[in-house]
Amino acid sequence: MENIVIIGNGIAGVSAARHIRKLSDKRIIIISAETDYFFSRTALMYVYMGHMKFEHIQPYENWFWEKNRIELVRGYVTHVQTKEKQLLIDGSRAIQYDKLIIATGSKPNKFGWPGQDLHGVQGLYSKQDLDLLEVNAPNKETCKRAVIVGGGLIGIELAEMLRSRDIPVTFLVRENSFWNGVLPKGESQLINEHIEEHHIDLRLATNLKEIVADENGKVKSVIITETGEELPCDMVGLTAGVTPNIDFLKDSGIELGRGVKVNRFLETNVADVYAIGDCAEQHEAIGNRRPIEAVWYTGRMMGETVAQTICGNRIEYKPGHWFNSAKFLDIEYQTYGWVFSERSKKDHEEHFHWRHATEKLCATIAFDKNSNQFLGINTFGIRMRHEIFDRWLTEERSIDHVIEHLRDANFDPEFYKNYEHEIVSKFNSDFGKSIKPKKKSVRRIFNLKPQHN
Amino acid sequence: MSTYDRSMALAGQPPKEISRNQKIATLIGLSGLAIILLAAFNVSFPNKALWLSISMAAITTGTIWFSWEAYSKKLPGIKNDGVWFKSISSQGFWGWIAGIALTAFYIVLYFYPEYLGLVKDGENKGVIALFDPLSRMLSGNPASQWFVYGTLYTVAILAFGIKFMWKYRHNRYERIRTMSVMFFQTAFAFIIPELMARLNGDKILNGGSLPYYDLKNVWPLNYYNFEGYRIKSFLSSGDIGFALLIFGILSVFVITPILTYKYGKRWYCSWVCGCGGLAETAGDSFRQLSDKTVKAWNIERWVVHSVVVFVTLMTTAVIYSYLGTDTSKYWLTKSTFLIGVAVLLTVVFTLVMVFKRKELQKDAQYGAIGYFVIIMALIGMHFFSGDGNVFLFKSETLRKSYSFLIGSIFSGVIGTGFYPILGNRVWCRFGCPMAAMMGFQQRLFSKFRITTNGGQCISCGNCSTYCEMGIDVRAYAQKGENIVRSSCVGCGICSAVCPRGVLKLENGPLQGRIDSNQVLLGNDVDLMTLVNKK
Repeated sequence: MENIVIIGNGIAGVSAARHIRKLSDKRIIIISAETDYFFSRTALMYVYMGHMKFEHIQPYENWFWEKNRIELVRGYVTHVQTKEKQLLIDGSRAIQYDKLIIATGSKPNKFGWPGQDLHGVQGLYSKQDLDLLEVNAPNKETCKRAVIVGGGLIGIELAEMLRSRDIPVTFLVRENSFWNGVLPKGESQLINEHIEEHHIDLRLATNLKEIVADENGKVKSVIITETGEELPCDMVGLTAGVTPNIDFLKDSGIELGRGVKVNRFLETNVADVYAIGDCAEQHEAIGNRRPIEAVWYTGRMMGETVAQTICGNRIEYKPGHWFNSAKFLDIEYQTYGWVFSERSKKDHEEHFHWRHATEKLCATIAFDKNSNQFLGINTFGIRMRHEIFDRWLTEERSIDHVIEHLRDANFDPEFYKNYEHEIVSKFNSDFGKSIKPKKKSVRRIFNLKPQHN
Repeated sequence: MSTYDRSMALAGQPPKEISRNQKIATLIGLSGLAIILLAAFNVSFPNKALWLSISMAAITTGTIWFSWEAYSKKLPGIKNDGVWFKSISSQGFWGWIAGIALTAFYIVLYFYPEYLGLVKDGENKGVIALFDPLSRMLSGNPASQWFVYGTLYTVAILAFGIKFMWKYRHNRYERIRTMSVMFFQTAFAFIIPELMARLNGDKILNGGSLPYYDLKNVWPLNYYNFEGYRIKSFLSSGDIGFALLIFGILSVFVITPILTYKYGKRWYCSWVCGCGGLAETAGDSFRQLSDKTVKAWNIERWVVHSVVVFVTLMTTAVIYSYLGTDTSKYWLTKSTFLIGVAVLLTVVFTLVMVFKRKELQKDAQYGAIGYFVIIMALIGMHFFSGDGNVFLFKSETLRKSYSFLIGSIFSGVIGTGFYPILGNRVWCRFGCPMAAMMGFQQRLFSKFRITTNGGQCISCGNCSTYCEMGIDVRAYAQKGENIVRSSCVGCGICSAVCPRGVLKLENGPLQGRIDSNQVLLGNDVDLMTLVNKK
C-alpha cells in the first residue's frame, strides 16, 4: 500500500488527506509540530476574544481521524531526504514516503528591525503565537499598551483582539491609508475611520525604527522613524505579512523560490513531491493572482486538486474567479472578481464608487471602460451572493447588466435595508445613464428554468 | 493560565468590571427579587398592588439599565467578547449556581406550590398573594402559582427581549423577530387567556366557561388540548367555544403545515412560541452551551421523536377514553376514531416512504417503521381485546405519566432550569413534540433553508458554537451545502455571527433545496464535477 505523507495539518494538508481518503485506500500520515488536531487558523482570534474555546475552532471531532484512517504524528520535520524518500522528525525519527505533500504554510515576516526578537515581540500566525499572546498581553494591567506594526488583515485582527480586553493599541501603518495597496481609496478611508471609532491609535505613513529593550531583555518601547517619537509599550505585534515556512527544505534538492516552486499540477522538481497551500509558489502567476496565495480557500482547492493527481487522475490546479472576504472590526468585506487599488490599477479599469451618507457602508464596482465589461466588485457592510457574481464573471456581463440586476446579488439577512436603489441612481448620475433596477427574481437567482414556455 | 477576570456579568467585556451604573442597576434588579423573596417568607405587604408594581418595575428597570450600560457605548455589531471567560456563560461556578437555583424554583413551582403560598380553598399567602391584585384585575380571580410564573415569564421576555434587541441592534431580522416574540408572549400567552377567563359564565358564552387557552399554543405542545374536561368546556360555551375547538384542530392539520411549508418552522419556534421566546431572550446568554457532538445529535433525534410518538399515543388514548360506543348517539365512536387515527398515520407514513424516502437517513427510516408498527399494533389491540382498554395501559396512567415526565420535568425543570448548563434550547431540541412535528414538515417539504454562500467559509466555527439547537452548521457551510435540518428554529444567529457573510436564512424554491453536492465556488468546473462524483 502506498504511503502518503503530508507535512502540515492546516486546511491544505487536511483537505488533501480527506480527498485522498475519499478516493482511495492509501495509507495517509499527517505530520504537524503545531497541534495534535486540525483547527481553523483564521479563527484563532476568536479564542483570545472569548467568542469560542479552542476546541470550537476544530472542525472535526477528535474521533474523526481514526475513523477515516488518517494517522496523525506530532513532530517537527527537520530534513527531507528525497533520494531515500524519507523524512526525519526532530532530526532522528525517520518516516518513509511514497508520495510527499508539503503543506507547511507560512510564518510571520520579520524585516530585520532592531529588537525584533525581544521578549514581548511576536507575530500572530500559529497556535503557539496565540499562547504567547496570553503571556504577553493577558489583560490591560500586564500590557499597558501594545504596538502593532504592519497594516494588513492580521494587524487589524490583532488590534481588534487586544481592544476586546481593553488594551490600548497603537497601530503603525507604513502606507498613508490602511491597506491601500489592495483597496481603492474610498474604501481604505472608510476603514481608517472605523479603526479610529474603535479607539485604536492609528498612525498612518509611519515606520518602525527600532524596538527598545528594558534591562531584562523585554520590550520597553518602540521608536518611530519619521518623528523619532518613543512609544512606551509592553507588547509589539509584528504583522507585516507572511512568508512560506520552508527553511527545513533548504538542502533537500527541492527547488525553492520564496516558496516551494510548483507547476500547475502542484508538482515540485522532485518526483512524487508536491506542495500546496500557502507555501507553494507557482512558476507563473495564474491570471491576475499572485504566485503565492496565502488564502484559506486556495489551500483547500489545492488540497482537492493534489488528491486527484495522487489518486491517478492527474489534473491541473485551476482556481476559478477570484473572490475573498474579511471582517474589519464590525465591517464585513467581500470581493468578487478584480477591483484593484489606485496603485495597481490598469488604464482600462474604471471604478464606480458608492458610499452611504451616514452608515459605514460602501461598494466599488470595477469595469473595463472600453468594453464596459464587469471586472469585479468590493462591498463593505453589504453581503453579496457568491454564485451570482461567479456566474456574471463567467458570462462576462456588462457593468450595465450588473447594475440593473444588483438586487439579485444581495445576500443580506431578511428584512435588512436595501441600498440598491441608491447605488443605481448614483451610478446613473456618475455615468449619465438611465438604468432602472430590476426587481429581485427568485428564478434568476436560483437559475431555474421556466416551467412553462 | 489566562488571567482575565471571571465575572458574573451576562454582558460586557471580560476585563472590564461591571461599571458603577451596572452595579446600581444590579442592586435595583435584585431589590425587586428581594421583595418576592420576602413575600415567600411570608412577610406580609400592606399594599400588595403597590409592592408588586414596585417589584416588577425594579426587576425590569434593573435588567434594562444593565444592558443599556453594556451595549449603548459600543458600536453596533456582534458582541460576544469574553462569553467563554465569564463564569455564568461558560458552565462555570456561577453558571452552576444559576442552574441549581432555577431548577429548585421549578421544582417548587411544579410540585410544592404551597411553599409559594398557594392555599386550596382559602386566601393565598406569600408570593402568590402578592400577585393576587394583578390577577384579580385581569381575570377577576385570585392568583395561582401559574399566574405568578406567567407574570415573571412575561417580565423576563420583555426585559431580556429589550436587551437582545440592543445586543443585535445592527440586525433587523433579530430586532423584528424579538418584537414578535415579545408581543405574542404579552398578548396571547399572558393577557388574552386571563381576559377570556373573565368571560366565564358570561352570556356571550351562554353561561359556559372556556378553558384557559393560549391561542398560539398548538397541539402537541399543549398536549392537554383535547382532554375531556377541555372539550366539555369548549362545548359548553356555545359558538365561541366551538369555534375555538375547531381552531385548535385546524391549527394542527392546516395552519401549521401551510405556514411551515412557506416559512419553515421558525414562524412558530422563534417568532411566536413562548418557550422559544424565553430561550431567545433570557436564554440568549447560554446559546453557546448546546452540545454539538454527533453523539448529542443522535440522542436528540431518538428522544424528540419518541416524545411525538408518546404524545400521539397518549392523546389518542385520552380521546378514546371519553368517546362512546353507541353509533346512534355520537357520530364519532371509539372505533371510528381509532380507524381515523390509523388511516391518517398510514397516509402520512406512506406518502413519506413513497416520495421522500431518499431524503431520510437509514436510522430515521428504521425508527419511523418501528414506531408506525407499534402504533398500529396498539390500535389493533382495541379491536381484539374489546374491554375498553387501548394500548394495554389505562389512558389516565398514560396522561399522568406524560404530564409528569414531559410536561413538568422535561419542559420546565430541565428545559429551563438547565439553561446555564446545557444551553437555552434543551427542551425545544430534545423534548418538544411540536418542534419535532414541524421539524419533520420542515425537513421534508418546506421552502425554508439556510443557504451557504459558495466558497467563502473559513471553517471558523462561530456558526456552530452559537447555534442554540446544537447543529454543526459549519459541517455544511464548509462543504458549500444548503442547510436543511429539522431541528433548525431559524433564529438567524448563525448568519449574524458569521464573519464572512456565508449564511442566509431564506425561503426559496423547493427545486434543488436539498443539495448534497459540494458546490464550492472558486474552483474550476472540471474539478468540481470530479469532487462531486460519489
